[in-house]
Formats: sequence, C-alpha cells, structure tokens
Amino acid sequence: MSDRLCNLTIHEIHELLRKKQVSAREIAESFIRRIEEVDPRVRAFITTTPDYALKQAEAVDQAISRGEAIGPLAGVPAAIKDNMCTRGIFTTCASKILYNYKPIYDATVVERLYMAGATLVGKTNLDEFAMGSSTENSGFFVTRNPWNLDTVPGGSSGGSAAAVAADECAFALGSDTGGSIRQPASFCGVVGMKPTYGRVSRYGLVAFASSLDQIGPITKDVTDCAIVLNAICGKDRRDSTSLDVPVPDFTQSLRADVKGLKIGVPKEFFGFGTDPDVQAAVRKAVDLLTELGAHAEETSMPSVEYGLAVYYIIAPAECSSNLARYDGVRYGLRVAPDSGTVTRQTRGSKSSIVSMFERTREQGFGAEVKQRIMIGTYALSAGYYDAYYLKAQKVRTLLRRDFDKAFEKYDILVTPTSPTVAFGIGERADDPYAMKLADICTIPANLAGIPGISVPCGFKNGLPIGLQIMAKALDEETLIRAAFTYEQHTEYHRKKPQL
Amino acid sequence: MAEYEPIIGMEVHVELQTRSKMFCSCEVAFGGEPNTRCCPVCLGLPGSLPVINERAVEYMARAALALNCTIPPQCIFHRKNYYYPDLPKNYQISQYDFPLGVNGWVEILAGGKPKRIAIRRVHMEEDTGKLLHVAGNRSYVDYNRSGVPLMEIVTQNPPPEGLDQIESAEEAREYLQRLRQILLYLGVSDVKMEEGSMRCEPNVSVRLKGHSEFGVKTEIKNLNSFRSVYLGIDYEIKRQIRILEQNGEVVQETRRWDDERGVTVPMRSKEFEQEYRYFPDPDLVPLKFTEEWIEKLRSELPELPMAKLKRFMSDYGLAQADAEVLIDSPELAEFYDTCAASYKDPKTVANWLTTELLRLLNASGKKLNETRLTPAHVCGLLELVDAGTINRNTAKAVFEEMFNTGKSAAEIVRQKGLEQVSDEAAIESVVNRVLEANPNEVKRYRAGEVKLLSWFVGQVMRETKGKANPATVNKLLREKLES
Repeated sequence: MSDRLCNLTIHEIHELLRKKQVSAREIAESFIRRIEEVDPRVRAFITTTPDYALKQAEAVDQAISRGEAIGPLAGVPAAIKDNMCTRGIFTTCASKILYNYKPIYDATVVERLYMAGATLVGKTNLDEFAMGSSTENSGFFVTRNPWNLDTVPGGSSGGSAAAVAADECAFALGSDTGGSIRQPASFCGVVGMKPTYGRVSRYGLVAFASSLDQIGPITKDVTDCAIVLNAICGKDRRDSTSLDVPVPDFTQSLRADVKGLKIGVPKEFFGFGTDPDVQAAVRKAVDLLTELGAHAEETSMPSVEYGLAVYYIIAPAECSSNLARYDGVRYGLRVAPDSGTVTRQTRGSKSSIVSMFERTREQGFGAEVKQRIMIGTYALSAGYYDAYYLKAQKVRTLLRRDFDKAFEKYDILVTPTSPTVAFGIGERADDPYAMKLADICTIPANLAGIPGISVPCGFKNGLPIGLQIMAKALDEETLIRAAFTYEQHTEYHRKKPQL
Repeated sequence: MAEYEPIIGMEVHVELQTRSKMFCSCEVAFGGEPNTRCCPVCLGLPGSLPVINERAVEYMARAALALNCTIPPQCIFHRKNYYYPDLPKNYQISQYDFPLGVNGWVEILAGGKPKRIAIRRVHMEEDTGKLLHVAGNRSYVDYNRSGVPLMEIVTQNPPPEGLDQIESAEEAREYLQRLRQILLYLGVSDVKMEEGSMRCEPNVSVRLKGHSEFGVKTEIKNLNSFRSVYLGIDYEIKRQIRILEQNGEVVQETRRWDDERGVTVPMRSKEFEQEYRYFPDPDLVPLKFTEEWIEKLRSELPELPMAKLKRFMSDYGLAQADAEVLIDSPELAEFYDTCAASYKDPKTVANWLTTELLRLLNASGKKLNETRLTPAHVCGLLELVDAGTINRNTAKAVFEEMFNTGKSAAEIVRQKGLEQVSDEAAIESVVNRVLEANPNEVKRYRAGEVKLLSWFVGQVMRETKGKANPATVNKLLREKLES
C-alpha cells in the first residue's frame, strides 16, 4: 500500500493518517520517491525540499502519537509555485534575476499551510515571473505535461499542475493572473481554482500584476480543492486588498445537488477558434448538469471579446512597476557595470549605477518579461496613459458590468477553460498571439475579480480537456457545489497519466 | 532701469513623528545603525505589500486642516516610478491627482502686514533611504529612513483670488517658519531642518514687474537651515536678474546651494521633464473620509500660532516682537498663557519670561518641560514683588532658584530669609549708621555732589543684605541728607 500512497488525494491521506494506518513520514517518503522517479522526465520542480518535508512530517507524527487531533492537511505533501516566498528556501520566480534569492519571510499562504500541518516537498517551475501560458518561458527549463511529455503543461503554474498530475505532491498552490492556475489545470487534467480577488492574501506572492494576481489550489479533485481553500482563505492584515469577509467552510458545499441551478453559457467563450472537440466536451458537461436538474441557456457577453486587449495593457503596466525593484542593488543577480562608466553622472557620460541597472536587467530577465515591461512602460507614459491604461481600466469596468448583469440571471457561467488541449513544446513559441489565445477564456474572471474553477471534462488524443465554471464574487460555494456535482457523475478526474 | 519681481514656489517635505513607518511597523527614529530599522516592506523585498499607517494619515489630515486645506472625501496613493538606489522598489508610493488636502493657505506677516500664501496641495508619501558615498568610489545604502511618513506641502502660483504668493526671500523664510510653528503646535513632527525632518526645495523665477507671465524657474536644493533658505533664494533672485539685465536667458535647471561659498551652482539640467509614469497603486485601496471624521479632527485642532500671536497682542497688549518670542514654542506659549490669565499684568509676565526664563533656558540648554518651573510659581514670585515682600533684584535670584529647584518663590524667600525690609524704623537705624560712619561723603553730598546718593543706597543695601525696600531707603536718605 505504502508504494502508491502518492496516488492518493488529500482526503484519502487524511483518513489513513487519522486511522493511524500510515505515518506522515511514510506519506512524505512516498512522494519524495515519486519525485525522484518521475521528475527527471516531468521537470516540475525548480527546488525540492525532501529534508524539510521529512522534518515537518516528523512533527505531525509526534502530534499524532501524543493523541492530538490532526487537521485535514496535516502530513499532506504540498508543492508551491516558486513565486511564493518560503523563508530560507530558494524563491526564484523561474528568473535568472532571482536565481540565488532566499526570502527572509514566509508568504501568508505558506504560513497558513504550515500551520495546517502540510509538508513542503518543493517549489515548482513557472513561466518567468508567471508571464506565459506554457512554462516554456521559465528562465531555467521547460516543464513537460505528464500526459504527453512532448506537450506543454500550460502555464504559468505549469510546474504545480504537472506535479499534481504526476502525483509528485498531493496538491499544489498556483497563482492566477490571467488563467495561470485554471489553464495548466485544464492541460494537466487536474482541478484548479482561482478564488475571488481578495479571498487569499497576496502577501509573499511575488507580484506580477497586483490587481489581477490571486493564489489558489491545484488539486486532484474538488473535495481537495475545498479543503485547501479552507486553509488559505481569509483576511490578512498585511494585504490591504485582502477582503475582510467571513470564510465559510467550503467542504459544506461538497453536495451533489444542482437542482434549479441556473447556468449561463456565454457564446463568446466558444469563439476564438475553439477546438470543436473541446466545444463538444463542454456542451456535453452542460447537458449532464441539465440532466441533473440545472437549467442552462446560451447567453452573450459582448465585452468579453476585449478581455485579452485590456489584459495586455493592465498586466504589463503593473508588471513594469512591480519588476522595477530587480536592479542588482539589494538581492538577486548583480552584473557589474560596463567599464568606462563613472561614479557620478555628468553630461554625456553614463553613471556606473545606471550601467549596473541596465546590465543586470538585460541579463537577468528573459525575452517575454522584457517585452511586457516595455509594453507596460509605454502604456503608462505621459501622453499615452489616457489612451491605453485609462481606457483599459474603463473597458475593465464595462466587462465587470457584463458579469454583474450575467449573474443577475445565472448562478454560474460554464465555458471551456482553454480553447484547446495542451499543445506541443515549441509549437507556439514563434506565435505570441496564438500563445496568448490559450488564456482567452480565463482572463475575463481575473479582470472581473470573480472566482473560476477548471475541472477535467474529457480527453482529446489522450490530452485532458478542462471545463471552466465561474460564479459571482465571493460565491465559491456555488462553484464548488456545481463542480463537485459534475465530478461525482464523471470519471475524468480519476484517470492518471502513464509515466 | 526695468524693475523685476521674483516669484517663489515652495515645495516642503516634512517627516512625521509617528511611532512606525508609513506602510509597515518599523520604528521611526533619527539615525541608528544602518539598515537596522527595516523589514521586508520598507526594503521592498519581493512579495511584500504596504499597509497604510492610519496614525500617519490622521497626522497629515490634521496638518492639512491646520493649513486651511479642504480634505476631499477620497484620496488615492499612486506609484511614482523612477530608478534610484535609495528607493528600494524603484517606485515611491506617493499621491498624484487625489491628494489628501487641497486649496489651503498659510498666513504670514510680511513686514508686519498679513499675507495669505496659497497652498495647492498637501500629500502623503514615503521617504527614501540614504546613500553614503565613501572614498574609493564606493557607495552604501541605508534604508532606515525608507518608508518614514513624509508630507509634501506645495504652494500655488499664481494664487487663486484672495490669496497671495511668495515674493521675496524674506517672505519665503517667514512662510517656512510659520509652517514649522504650525506643525510644532500640532505635534506631528519635530520639524528640524538640520536633521532633515523638514526639507525645502524652493523654485525661483523673476519677471518684469507688472507682467503676468512667469519667467523661467530654477529649483534650489541643499538648503539645510532657515538662514540658507533665505540666502539661497536671495542669491538666486539676484543671479537671475543679473542675467536678464544682460539680455541673457535663465536656464531651467536644478541648482545646489553651496553654503560655504554662498552661491548656487548647477546640479543637473531639467531640459526634459522626468517621466514618473504615475498610476494608482493596486496594492492599496483608496482612503475614504467621512465628514464626521474630518470635523472631529478639526474640532480637536489646538489654537494655532498665528491666532495665538494675535490674541497675545490684542488681549495682553504685547508688542509683536515679545508675542513672537512667546509663541515660538507651543510650550512657552502655553506657559505664558497660564501666567497671563492669572496675573494682573500680562506685560510684566511677558518681560520676565522673555528675559529671565529664556536666559536660563539658553544657559542650561534645557527645554521648558525639562525644568520644574510652573506658571503658579512665576505668578507667586511677581505677587511677592508687588506686595513689597522682595525687591526686583532679589526676585531675579529667586527666579533662578525656582528654575533650578522647582520650589515656590514663597518657600525660597522664607527659607533664605529674603523678605524685603519695608519697616521705616528698621531701615532708618541702618541709614543713620551709614551716615555716621561716612561723614566725608555726607559733606561732599551736601556740597552738591548729589550723585553720591546711589553710593549711599548701595551701602544701606549691603548692610541689609539687599533686603531693604529700595524706595524707602531712597526716601530716608534724601530726607536726612537734605535736612
């Protein structure tokens, strides 16, 4: 039995631990072995922390032996995306500019997971600073999709999604700025949720686009998703944008019941050249929910078409400012200034400090990050601000209104998570527009700040298809109920990739 | 020859004396071992987020109200983006088009005449760290100051209807001093120019008198005292007029005041406007103020220095110069106010405080609140003088004793037996003794050398150890010498 412990979900592990059928140490060891076995092929992790996990497991075992009641995450191995700060453990954002960076503090979510007794097996790969849709933009290496090692795992939380799919951890945390949890979850056939903006503290999440970034769970099923949400949600005084609202027990929403649930199916999400097989899988899912008592109808949200354009102004604008701090002065990579520069800038000469900034950033950042910094810098510049940034914010407001209007009529919206299944590594590298299309269905939820979940709803050519469900702000409960109901009547989430 | 008039704009930064920094809980204090008062937030470490210090907002709102500003119902923090090693995030959290306070004024006295200097805005921001350049072309950064709450106060040129602008170096200094007084009264800052808790960057332009268009302006940096503010601006005005008189053109630039040489020198050219790419900080939510909150703060404002100055002059009949001395520190003003309210002659109290008290404070290097002197003690002393219990000279000694020991005047007088002797019989016997002992001097006086009277007074006072009532001594001596 202990051989396949890593196959288990959080709630299954918890049952075994509670009944003292296995120890936390055995659980941790099983995942550590699994990582050793498959990660050379999957390459989900930038840093693995087996010793740390074993030490944490030890503490859980001691608590169990003292007869203490343990929480649902105690002794459960987690992987954390490498853009969340872990004290004393490398946090690189998959960027050369932070290749050697060890934070002096834990992100709030990391603290909360530790408090819940979860063990950390490692930090997962991502597109550099979470900018990308395939994890190919990692400054270090490309992560592979466990379902087909020649395809991408999606991104930017590709490492987290691949690690969960490959059973290298029981669950993972990802961050979602434009779909970075849901889209890789879809590509890797696992469950990924982006909660309402403000549900989960961003303190310690290395910022990409602050008004869009949100941390969320990537899990093997919806039950696990609810369990992790319970641990990480809630007001944090260190994050002014975190919401001071009651956090329900999300596991209470794990009820297979969608009777009377009103589902909107916005037709715009089926445009963008969506793969017919993906469309068919999603429509089949809608049919299933209808059979189970929900009412579904097609609807229209015209402003969604502008989502991508708005996103590619706002996100780069915020990123251009958020990433300004990586300059070689305080931490991370520092590249010495060009020779011939001077200490103090005078007319016609370049100061050594400016040269250090330039060379550090030139060598530290990858092409995608640089491009976004350039776009964002431009969009915020005097004379362009109104035409780009301000206009984008106005369209964002319109888009929010479209969602408000839709949620007056519907409890949930159901769409594909991504227009296609996972694509081949390198396939879209030269086509940035095609690459960005992968996020076209997920971006609107970030712009509107609403929660969205992706659950497996089929396969094409052996690659998973994702079903996206969105609900109004702070209504994760309905989201979980709908997703759970769907999951209870399907088997897609039980399928495992052959590695 | 054409006449020129200068226009001066003032951009003043004031560090607040809150316990913790603007966006984190690190301690605010001057100095300290480099980089010991920092945390992930004020170091701008990846993943850290700012949280607004409500106390700092309250301090600045009080200041804005004291500067007669309107506080709009909502204010927003913006990011000001620029690269500099003392700025850990390479952006400064500041305010842009939704500042905390707008449209205020500060009253100054320009040659005794009141003038209301228009204030365009009061906004909140965070301070930067400090660079330390050492020999061998090395530079170090100290982030202790990074994130200290900073308030920026900007004047408005041209001023709106009914308000004024600063038009001389003297007015600029006066403006700055009035600003300092107000902030001291509010207790929001220690406002020390030498330590940098008040920093001033004026911009100066001159134009032909009567013209409405502004001339090209220069900004002056490195003004670290009120004196250098005055000298720097005065120099800059004269320099620009000289250029214009020679048909030259003033270059728009930042100039550095060289205190030793007494000149301004070019620092960097401002040929192109710095591009700060302001945008609302997505890490912070807009601050919203209710009318009740604003009114509560307004009702809690203390009497401000200019109002106090006017009241001291009108109610207590003080000359402006004396009133200025008394209001300069809120502690002294309050001390005086308490004395003046309970003592019949406010002018006399003012004299004692502006001479004796200030002399003792200066000599001891103490602050008023560090001494044990109380208003009741001062009034008690003056009442003893009025009652003739002690004379003025004795009173000075008693004042010093009170200042040092915290004892009351009555107690000191009693313990040291300093009561003035006004009993005529007692004084008369001393006078008789003195006259008998000095027949030669008596002869000379009677021969017309009347200025010897004060010598006789001195002899009597010495005999009585200074306690004799001088008026009685005078009277008796005159009677006896002229009889």
